[in-house]
Amino acid sequence: MARPVIEIRELTKVYTMGEVEVRALDGIDFVVEEGDFVAVMGPSGSGKSTLMNIVGCLDRPSGGLYKLDGIDVSTLNRDERAVIRNAKIGFVFQSFNLLARTSAVENVELPLLYGELGWSGAERRKAALASLHRVGLAGREGNHPSQLSGGQQQRVAIARALVTDPAILLADEPTGNLDSRTSEEIMGIFQELNDSGKTVVLITHEPDIAQFAKRIISVRDGRIQHDDRIDQHRVERRGIEAPVQAARKNG
Amino acid sequence: MKTSAQRLWNITIVGLKAILRNKMRSLLTMLGIVIGVGCVIVVVAIGNGATKSIQDTINSLGTNFIMIFPGTTTQGGARMFSGSSTLTIEDADAIKAECPAVAYVSPNLRTSAQTVAGELNWGTSVYGVGVDWPFIRSWNTSDGSFFTDSDVRAGAKVAVLGATVAENLFPQGNPVGQIVRIKNVPFKVVGVLDRKGGSTMGQDQDDQIIAPYTTVMKRLMGQNKLSMLYASAASPEQVQEAQDQIDALLRQRHRIAPGGDADFMMRSQEEIAKTNEQQMGILKTLLLSIAGISLLIGGIGIMNIMLVSVTERTREIGIRMAIGAKGRHVLLQFLFEAITLSIVGGLLGVLVGVGFSSLVAKILKWPIFVSFDSIVIAFAVAAIVGVFFGFYPARKAAKLDPIDALRYE
Repeated sequence: MARPVIEIRELTKVYTMGEVEVRALDGIDFVVEEGDFVAVMGPSGSGKSTLMNIVGCLDRPSGGLYKLDGIDVSTLNRDERAVIRNAKIGFVFQSFNLLARTSAVENVELPLLYGELGWSGAERRKAALASLHRVGLAGREGNHPSQLSGGQQQRVAIARALVTDPAILLADEPTGNLDSRTSEEIMGIFQELNDSGKTVVLITHEPDIAQFAKRIISVRDGRIQHDDRIDQHRVERRGIEAPVQAARKNG
Repeated sequence: MKTSAQRLWNITIVGLKAILRNKMRSLLTMLGIVIGVGCVIVVVAIGNGATKSIQDTINSLGTNFIMIFPGTTTQGGARMFSGSSTLTIEDADAIKAECPAVAYVSPNLRTSAQTVAGELNWGTSVYGVGVDWPFIRSWNTSDGSFFTDSDVRAGAKVAVLGATVAENLFPQGNPVGQIVRIKNVPFKVVGVLDRKGGSTMGQDQDDQIIAPYTTVMKRLMGQNKLSMLYASAASPEQVQEAQDQIDALLRQRHRIAPGGDADFMMRSQEEIAKTNEQQMGILKTLLLSIAGISLLIGGIGIMNIMLVSVTERTREIGIRMAIGAKGRHVLLQFLFEAITLSIVGGLLGVLVGVGFSSLVAKILKWPIFVSFDSIVIAFAVAAIVGVFFGFYPARKAAKLDPIDALRYE
């Protein structure tokens, strides 16, 4: 059995709105091992966004245990969580969340600015270029987000998530703003990154997209409803350098 | 240490880039500070220039200089400023004769008159003075000579012209020996005064005619009261002593009991300078507070724009926090932005201030004196304003919750 990257035990999150207590998460248990590709599914209001915020160390659970890469992060304060987010988590968002009027390469460099390692300008540039290359965006380094298509913007976002070599990639509806063609390409990239050993956690409400993962966790009313491993998951091999890959497969 | 220095530098770069991304907004934000700092420098320069030129004029009176004015009179218990002067020629003679600390005394009375020479005419002030006058004012003639004691005693119709008057009535030069008609009375020009230049508050010291006081009284004014007395102490150290002696003598001559209200007033050059300094101090404080207010408004402008900027960039802040920026990093970024804006604004303000000051000096011919202190102070205040007014928006940004910030549309 591989090393657990995410270990969640009896996780709860309670919001108090005036008099009313809302149990957004009501006892969640699961473990994600290194190299896994997990899709967390659920309708809106199921608690999956709350779960994603906690897994992403943006929020703190009300109770229970959350260990990320062996570190108990459930009790960390704001600044400590920022450090963890920087070092261990690569975020990919639905709306890309790139800085406008900032070139692709500078967007990718961003996490390195805040890292504990104190990267120099030249080191940052080098790592960012390598990361952009990895998602098939070599040659677009200088473009601003407005000069890139949606798919390309999401690739920049993935490159940014990868640049710190995080323990998990956490993708929150990464294909929500993309057409189905581009969505498949992006999912292909996640699969390839997963093939090379990256642990991926995907939050989605689209069953089609969830099929690209190796395992699907369904959440409803703050509890896990199903936790299934998929034997025959969809494979998309046209993510990175799509035409070359396709040709190789056919030949 | 290396890594934290590197990180601080990185944050600095982040702030700089944000400023450059929004050049127009940054420029407008700075405008308030530019105007504020420029204002301080120009205002202080004008204030300093005015103080300096007035001080120069007062200093030109000489350190021994004492002025004696007629003062209030008391009639039946009612105190008032006497319409006619309480000072007489005899008072002047007595001071000269009986006060050992006083070296020179000259009566002084002034009238204005239209003067005519040939076909030219010129309106100016005519002063009636004694022979001691050039010694008291340390003012010599550049041409000809001053009138003599016998001229005074005889009430001779002689006059010494100020340089401006000479220029206007005798543009071809050589006025000495010529005739000037003052209020239709012909005066013979015996000399021309040195040019003092340097006018104060728009008053040209060279625009005057000097004549024996006896002549001015008899021929031009028809009265024998003095408007004031000029005196000069024997040495700068004896100014106080001279004042005491004059006071005692005039009280005795005017029959005023010791401790009673004197019907005359005295001012030494030092006292005039001091009064003037106080007035200029008030003026300067006033101007500086106006400049200070404009700096404050500039600072509020920065805060305003920074607050808008924080709101506008909530999403950006959320992104930065999600990928690992601590509150401190965001705070530093925005604070750095504000400080950079105010420092660059301050620098531009110094340039504008110095440039505008020299423009004023050139075009309006005002005496301008840009002081290094005012530049340093204005600049420092601008930087402090940046920190002060940048801190609140920066803290607001740093306190944002990354989840809310990411969701912000």
